[in-house]
Amino acid sequence: MSKTVEHLDEVTVRFAGDSGDGMQLIGTQFSDTSGFAGNEVNTFPDYPSEIRAPEGTLYGVSAFQVHFGTKNIKTTGDFIDALVAMNASSLKVNLPNLREHGIIIVNTAGFDEKNLKLSGYSSNPLENGSLEKYQVFAIDMIEEIKKELDGLDLNPKLIKRTKNIFALGIAYWMFDRPIEPSVNWINKKFKGKDDVVLANVRVLKAGWNFAEKNAAFKKQYQIKRASLEPGKYRNITGNEAVALGLVVASRRANIPLFLGSYPITPASEILHAISGYKKYGVKHLQAEDEIAGITSAIGAAFGGYLATTTTSGPGLSLKTEALGLAVITELPLVIVNVQRAGPSTGLPTKPEQGDLLQAMYGRHGEAPIPVLAAASASDCFAMTVEAARLALKYMTPVILLTDGYIGQATEPWKIPEMEELPDLTPEFAKDPEQFAPYKRDPETLSRPWAIPGTQGLEHRIGGLEKKDVTGHVSHDPMNHQRMVELRKQKVEGIVNDIPTLEVEGEKEGDLLILSWGSTYGAAKTAFDKLREEGRKLSFAHLKYIHPFPKNLGEILFNFKRILIPEMNTGQLKTIIQSTYMVPVIGLNKVQGKPFKAIEIEDKILELLENKKS
Amino acid sequence: MRTIINDIVDKPHVGEIKYTPKDFKPDVDVRWCAGCGAYAVLSPVQRIMPELGIPKEKIVSVSGIGCSGRFPYYMETYGFHSIHGRALAIASGLKIARPDLSVWVATGDGDNMSIGGNHFIHTCRRNVDLNIMMFNNEVYSLTKGQYSPTSHKGQITKSSPLGVLDDPFNPTSLALGAGATFVGRGHDKDRKVLQYLLERAAKHKGTSFLEIYTNCRIFNDGAFEEFTNKELREETTIWLEDGKPLIFGNNRDKGIILDGYTPKVVPLDNGQYSVDDLLVHNEKDSTLALILSDMSFNPDLPRPMGIFQSLEKSSYDERVEDQIEYEIKTKGEGNLKELLLGESFWEIK
Repeated sequence: MSKTVEHLDEVTVRFAGDSGDGMQLIGTQFSDTSGFAGNEVNTFPDYPSEIRAPEGTLYGVSAFQVHFGTKNIKTTGDFIDALVAMNASSLKVNLPNLREHGIIIVNTAGFDEKNLKLSGYSSNPLENGSLEKYQVFAIDMIEEIKKELDGLDLNPKLIKRTKNIFALGIAYWMFDRPIEPSVNWINKKFKGKDDVVLANVRVLKAGWNFAEKNAAFKKQYQIKRASLEPGKYRNITGNEAVALGLVVASRRANIPLFLGSYPITPASEILHAISGYKKYGVKHLQAEDEIAGITSAIGAAFGGYLATTTTSGPGLSLKTEALGLAVITELPLVIVNVQRAGPSTGLPTKPEQGDLLQAMYGRHGEAPIPVLAAASASDCFAMTVEAARLALKYMTPVILLTDGYIGQATEPWKIPEMEELPDLTPEFAKDPEQFAPYKRDPETLSRPWAIPGTQGLEHRIGGLEKKDVTGHVSHDPMNHQRMVELRKQKVEGIVNDIPTLEVEGEKEGDLLILSWGSTYGAAKTAFDKLREEGRKLSFAHLKYIHPFPKNLGEILFNFKRILIPEMNTGQLKTIIQSTYMVPVIGLNKVQGKPFKAIEIEDKILELLENKKS
Repeated sequence: MRTIINDIVDKPHVGEIKYTPKDFKPDVDVRWCAGCGAYAVLSPVQRIMPELGIPKEKIVSVSGIGCSGRFPYYMETYGFHSIHGRALAIASGLKIARPDLSVWVATGDGDNMSIGGNHFIHTCRRNVDLNIMMFNNEVYSLTKGQYSPTSHKGQITKSSPLGVLDDPFNPTSLALGAGATFVGRGHDKDRKVLQYLLERAAKHKGTSFLEIYTNCRIFNDGAFEEFTNKELREETTIWLEDGKPLIFGNNRDKGIILDGYTPKVVPLDNGQYSVDDLLVHNEKDSTLALILSDMSFNPDLPRPMGIFQSLEKSSYDERVEDQIEYEIKTKGEGNLKELLLGESFWEIK
């Protein structure tokens, strides 16, 4: 049987099925294997907010998208190249995003009368010719698995349960992936359950062999390795990266970690991970509410811990009053907000960047707080360590913004060596002769951190305004003015301790694309593509929102037009316009979905064309 | 796992741990109103501190908002005056992080029963090793006189000019219901008793809750007169003493019996009942504690004072430490390199 091979730079595969079909599992396997095969990978899980949605329904569809390739894989892929659909509903839901002439691999066993009815198809799309413009591979996976496992004395349920693994085998063949990493994973995962290991390994190989031997599968696709920096890599979600970042930061600071947190989608994975880190000496409190989450952390910070609280938008609102306390007591604290679409419960499982203004200004009184934003899943690690560094050095709460997209998405992360990371060790006050609670470091303006247990440094802090230096309660008007200004100067002074902003492309000219947070992937992809096509264009990405990098104003003044794509109605735009008095063009998407690169590309082209006309 | 905080946590106190109450008085003016019941709490606390044998640097007082909130400023120890209702959450975080500290929480009926109610019940439930002193004056004083969750029905205040409509919380019942292991009640007119209760609370491992009747001269003067006045209190209150029958009255001529689950007052002077018939207090009996606490608002019964319950149970902060120790013992100290590598990684050469 002759098979041809085609080389591709990048591919987007989407595994879709019922909630119980194990799509997240095979998606994760496929992305890990692709990383192992040397590709750049970016993935996104997409599952219903219902916990166990009724089987076969449209709203019960669960999917996992994997975008992989040789270079510049910074989004989860605008369009699907290959859709694996385990039933009628998963086909129907995902078809609109499938590329023309795209590949569909379906399990025909998921297209019986009941499935068709639940999906709302009036006739079977596999038979009525409606899929003509696609390449369809229709396979009764259940029958094939039965054939493969025939004669083995196995639990009949295993046949149904391994259909995802069969589909994974086919996908591995089609995109020329090695099956060994998944075989190893199966052996490890089901250790001690020999029949489960046997069934899964045989079914995985059967899927691969099915495609290899079946005449319908004429073409195999190969995707060359990416040229990644040498080192060890793993796939990581943004939430996992935050959890690891916190543990690593505490180790680099040589102080223990405390997390006070209340469960909230889509931030809970951070709490899950950290609550399991007991053998690393980490302490956590699953608090009674969001307020106790942050206030218990403030208590731990007073006790000398690297203290942190993790949440999403509504939770940050509840923590607002306590942020003021952290500001006035000048205690180090890392607040992570994995943003979701609001207001209120909004679209709780979907991402948005709607909390920027809340993070910047959502407080009573004059309460400046540094605000950072991670650009991607793997960047969550570095930015968490950075948030901890600033919190400890400047004795201040720091808000780190991520969102439900990069929180749940994965991408390969180059695992750092501990020694490469900065030393964050704080200096606790010890000398009673030198000590005053608000006697500031002349350089950083941070106050000393004197923790209970230190003999001779007994002192009181609290929410009432304190006298400069001595820390006594003070209602003196001029002292309040001074303290407000000092707290502001301290946070603004961080500008000298953060990197300046880099501009890619033209250093000055017509159009600058300015992104922040998770819009990085789509904006950068669009920029790279248009630059390759020879367009004159510039790009910069903000990770530091407060304070802004020192050279931001200078950069903005070098361009005639500035485009800010953001998943809100123009929050960064508002801040930039009011800070630098420059007009900004907004590209705003609030659909609970990240930008597609093509959407930003189209907007850029529209702007470039307009200028010409 | 050693970190730089161990340099402080494990450092022995330099010199002898010998204090007088004066050592706990900072050089600031106490700014409570003249005659405020809070003074009568501060002074026994400062008096018992030297007796505890705890180095001063290991003592922290935490407060929320209200008149009680000023307490930390008046203690020459570490202190944290926080925000309304959150003292217990802050103190919990501190105690979990630093079990080596002796943490005292000063709070009030508004701070602890209203805005901080959620933190209160959960702190009791977890049994975090904190000493909670709740200054109950049955009114919001710092905000100048509104009714609180412990104000009685019909009470006239600035925000209830026509009388309070709600029923009040009984703080000791709330604490018991939420699982507090140590629950007691005292008042500002008997320092000796208060000192005893504070000492017992300090020695208790786990959450100790003391409801302290503190008179507010400005907004609710005389609220507890009936129970605290020397002339009246023998008849209107009953002292709970572990292992002792419940006797009260000027002539110690009355006692409490249980009729089913209902406590009743019986005379001891007419030959019908003897001391042997009376209910005997047992601090370890949590059902009895609830029954006794429930006597509080019954006009036909004396109001109980003393320790309702004192149970031994591991504290939350201790369990956190134990879990860490167990994990390290069974799995070995966490290797950060392995954690970073995760379950599956690959190498690009």
